[in-house]
Amino acid sequence: MEESPGLARNLAELRQTFRSGKTRGLEWRKAQLRAILKLLDENEDSIFDALQQDLGKHPVEAYRDEVGVLKKSANYALASVEKWMAPKKGQIPLLFFPARAEVLPEPLGLVLILASWNFPISLALDPVIGAISAGNTVVLKPSELSPASSSFLANTIPRYLDSAALKVIEGGHDAAEQLLQQKWDKIFFTGSSRVGRIIMAAAANHLTPVTLELGGKCPTILDSLSISDLEVAIKRIVGGKWGLCSGQACIGIDYVLVEEKFASILVELLKKCIKAFFGDSMPNLKNLCRIVSKSHFDRVSNLLGDPRVAASIVHGGSWDEQNLMIEPTILLDPPLDADIMSEEIFGPLLPIITLNKIEESIEFINLRPKPLAIHAFTKNERFKKKLLSETSSGSITFNDAIVQFVADSLPFGGVGESGIGRYHGKYSFDTFSHEKAVLQRSFYLDLEPRYPPWNDFKLDFIKLAYKFDYLGLLLLLSGLRRIFKRSN
Amino acid sequence: MALFDAAAMMKGLRATYASGKTRSYEWRVSQLKALLKLMSFHEKEIVDALRSDLSKPELESFLQEIALLKESCGLALKELHRWMAPEKVKTMMTTFPSSAEIVPEPLGVVLVISAWNYPFLLSLDPVIGAIAAGNAVVLKPSEISPATSSVLAKLLGQYMDCSAVKVIEGAVPETTALLQQKWDKIFYTGNGKVARIVSAAAAKHLTPLVLELGGKSPVIVDSNVDLKVAARRIIAGKWGCNNGQACVSPDYAITTKEFAPDLIDTLRSELEKFYGKDPLKSNDLSRIVNSNHFNRLSKLLDDDKISGKIIHGGQKDIANLKIAPTILLDVPEDSLIMEEEIFGPLLPILTVNNVEDSFNIIKSKDKPLAAYLFTNNKKLKENFIRNISAGGLVINDTTMHLAVPTLPFGGVGESGMGAYHGKFSFDAFSHKKAVLLRSFAGDLSSRYPPYTPKKLNLLKALVNGSLFGILRALLGWHD
Repeated sequence: MEESPGLARNLAELRQTFRSGKTRGLEWRKAQLRAILKLLDENEDSIFDALQQDLGKHPVEAYRDEVGVLKKSANYALASVEKWMAPKKGQIPLLFFPARAEVLPEPLGLVLILASWNFPISLALDPVIGAISAGNTVVLKPSELSPASSSFLANTIPRYLDSAALKVIEGGHDAAEQLLQQKWDKIFFTGSSRVGRIIMAAAANHLTPVTLELGGKCPTILDSLSISDLEVAIKRIVGGKWGLCSGQACIGIDYVLVEEKFASILVELLKKCIKAFFGDSMPNLKNLCRIVSKSHFDRVSNLLGDPRVAASIVHGGSWDEQNLMIEPTILLDPPLDADIMSEEIFGPLLPIITLNKIEESIEFINLRPKPLAIHAFTKNERFKKKLLSETSSGSITFNDAIVQFVADSLPFGGVGESGIGRYHGKYSFDTFSHEKAVLQRSFYLDLEPRYPPWNDFKLDFIKLAYKFDYLGLLLLLSGLRRIFKRSN
Repeated sequence: MALFDAAAMMKGLRATYASGKTRSYEWRVSQLKALLKLMSFHEKEIVDALRSDLSKPELESFLQEIALLKESCGLALKELHRWMAPEKVKTMMTTFPSSAEIVPEPLGVVLVISAWNYPFLLSLDPVIGAIAAGNAVVLKPSEISPATSSVLAKLLGQYMDCSAVKVIEGAVPETTALLQQKWDKIFYTGNGKVARIVSAAAAKHLTPLVLELGGKSPVIVDSNVDLKVAARRIIAGKWGCNNGQACVSPDYAITTKEFAPDLIDTLRSELEKFYGKDPLKSNDLSRIVNSNHFNRLSKLLDDDKISGKIIHGGQKDIANLKIAPTILLDVPEDSLIMEEEIFGPLLPILTVNNVEDSFNIIKSKDKPLAAYLFTNNKKLKENFIRNISAGGLVINDTTMHLAVPTLPFGGVGESGMGAYHGKFSFDAFSHKKAVLLRSFAGDLSSRYPPYTPKKLNLLKALVNGSLFGILRALLGWHD
C-alpha cells in the first residue's frame, strides 16, 4: 500500500527529536506532564461534550473514568518521575570487588499507542503519560469509532504538548495498517484479542515488544451474603456492569456466577437497583451510555437473536436502534454454547449462570480463557484463598468491581488471552522503558585465575570463587589447601 | 512430519499443570534439588558432551556452564520462599478502605528453546526459572550441539518429574510442531531471524516471549588505561568465551588511531601468553561448532573488502574446524565482517580520531546485547552510560555482568526483549496478579447513578486529594 509521505516525514521528525536527547531531560518530561494537566483543566467541558457525542456518556461517568483518572495519573507521574528515572543499585558479591552494579531505566525511543473507543480519552492519554514520563517520543492513534474524541485529541494535544515529540494520527483501518508496517520501539495496544493478534504479528516482523491490554469474559462470583452486604454488592455489580460505559469495558462485569437458590432474589434486587440507577423503561433511561456504533449495536443485539438465549431473558431485552440504546438486560442461564457465553459481550447484557455450589465457579472459570479481572463477592476466607490460588486472571478483586483500575500501586494488565504486559502508576513508566544493566569494574585486583592457560590451581580457585568460599580461597592462595580432585 | 505427537504431549502437560502439582513449594524445591544432583553426579558426562560438541576446554565448561547453573539453582532454592510470597502494596484514598497485594503465579505450560553455544547453560538456566515459578516446561535443546542435547534428554528424563518437565530433541520439524501449540510463554535464545519466526508463531496465540538474541557488541578502548588488564579482559571475553561464539563476546573494538598500535601489541603478547605461539594447537580454545559456521567465518576473511586488513592470526585448520584468534585493523564499514554478528574468533578494530567519535559508530548500528568501555575518564564513562543503549553495559571489563544475579540479563531492540537471571528468571515465568480486597463498609454513593453535580464535586475533590474539598463536597457546598 502507498505510504503517505506525511507519515514518513512525521516519523523522521520524531526520531530526530529523540536522537537530539530532548525527551530525556527531567524538566522536559515534567513540562509535558504539566501540559497534560493544563489540557485537562482547560478543556473539561469539551471533553465532556466529545464523550457525550461519542457514547452518550454522562459527565459524572466521564469525570470518574476519564478526566479524573488522567489527572490522578499525571499528578502521580509528576511527583514520581524523578525517582523513577534514578538508577537502582544492585548488590554485588564480594568476589567482584571493587565493582558497582546498577540498573538504569532508559527510554525505548519511538513508541506507538493505539487507543480504544470506550474510554477514548483516558485510554489514549494514560499510556501517553507513561510513554512521556519514560522519555519517549510518541505517535498516538485514537480510535476512529469515537470520532469526536479522536478529533478533540488531534486538535487539542498539539496546542499543549511538544508536537516535535508527540503526534496524533487519526484514521481507521488503513491508517492503522500503515502505522503497523513501521518499525517501532514499542507498541501499546488496547482493544480486542482478535486485533491484538494482528498487532503482535506485525510487531514480530521488527521484534517490537508489545503491551496488549485486551479483554475477555470477566466473571463475577456472588457468594451468599447478609442482606446489608448483599445490598452493597448489588450496587457494585450494577455499577460495575451498566454504570461503566453500558457494559462496554474490558474489566466490566461480563457475567455472574451464583448458587441456584439465590438466583431469583438476585434477579429481583438487580431489577430494583437498575431502576433506581437508570430509570424503569426504555424511553426513560438515563445515566446510561449508548452503544458506540451501529456495527457494535448489531453485534450485541444479535447475541439475543438465538431463540434459546431470548428465552432466558428475565429483564429488559428491548432496544432503540435509532439511538443505539440497549436496555439493561438480565438473562438467567442462557445456554453455555451460545455466543453470548463464548464471546466477550461488551454490552449491557448480563447472563446469570447458576451453580449447585458456589465452589463450582472455580472450575467454570478455569475451563475458559484467563480473564482480565475476576470479581468475587464473598466473606468466606477459605473460599477467597481457594479462588486466589486456583484461578488465574489479570487481577482479582474481592467484594467490589472495577475499583482496582484506580489503584496506582497495582499493575493493570492481563494474562493469556486477556493480554500481555501491564501499566498504571510506575508500571506505566516501566512498560515504556528499557532497564539497562550497568556494571562498573576497576583495573585493580585483577585476578590471574580468570585467564588461560588453564591449570588445576585455576580450576580450584574458580570452584571456590563460585561458592563465595572466601576462607577456602585464602587457604588455597596460601598454599594450604588443594581440595578438588579432577572429576571422575 | 514430526516424530512425536505435540498435541498429545501438550494435553498431558496441561493435565499435570491443572492438577496443581507444580505449584507447590515442595515440588519446585524437589525439582531444583534434582537438577543440582544431576549436575554434581554427571559433571564428567556434561564436560565430555561439551567437548564433543564444541571442543570446549574443561575450565570453560565448568566455569561458564556448570558453575553458573549451580549458582543459579542454589540462589533459587535459597530465595524461593521470598520470591513466591505476595507483595503488599500501598492503597490510596480512592479505594479506601482496602488492602492490596501482588501475588506471583505460574503462567502454566512454557517452552524453552535453547542455543548451541552454551548448550547446557542456556537450556537449564531458563528451566530453573520456569520451575521455580511453578510451571510445567518443555525444553528443546539445539540440534547443532547434539551430544549435549542427548545428555540433557537422558539426564532430565532420569532425574526430573517427567509428567511436568520434558525434553524434546530434534531440528526444524520438531521445533515447528512445538511452535504450533499454544504455550503460556516461550523463552527463546538464538538469532534475530529465527526469533521473528518464533514471534510470529507466538502472536497467533498471544503468547508472551522472552527473546535472548545477540548483535555486534562493541568494546571501546580509551588511551589512559591499564592496557595489560584491559587486553586480558577483552581476550577473556572474546576468545575465552567459546572462542568468540557467545552472544556477549566483544564483537568489534574501537580505539583512537593514536592508541591502536599499543592496543594491538598488547593484545598480541597476551594472546601468546594465553594460547601459545600456535593457537591452533592450544587446548584452551573452543573449535568452531560446525562446518557451516566455519565456512561462514571463512567467507568473512575472504571478503575482498578486507584484504590486507588482517594483522594477526587468520590461520585455519579445516579438518579440526579451528580458526586462530584473528585481529583485523580498519576494515571498511560495509565489509561483510561489519554487517552481521561475527560469532567467532575474529576481532576487527576500528580507529577514530577522538574516542568520543566511537559513540556515533555504535549508535548507527542496531542496539547490541552488550557494550563495553575501558577508560579511566569519568566524563566519558558517564556519557557512555547515559547515551549508549544496549542490553547491558560493562565498564573496564567484559561479559562479567552475566555473573551478577542482581542484574537483569536481556537485550533491547534487535538484541532481544525481556530479561532473566536471579529473581528476574522467576519473574519472567510468572504472572504478577493484582489482588484488591475491599470491604462492604465505606460505600461511596457518588460512584453510582443517578449522577448529580454534587457527586461530581465529591469525585473531583477525591481525585484532588484535598481533604477540605472532600468536606465541602460532602456538606453540599458548591464552588
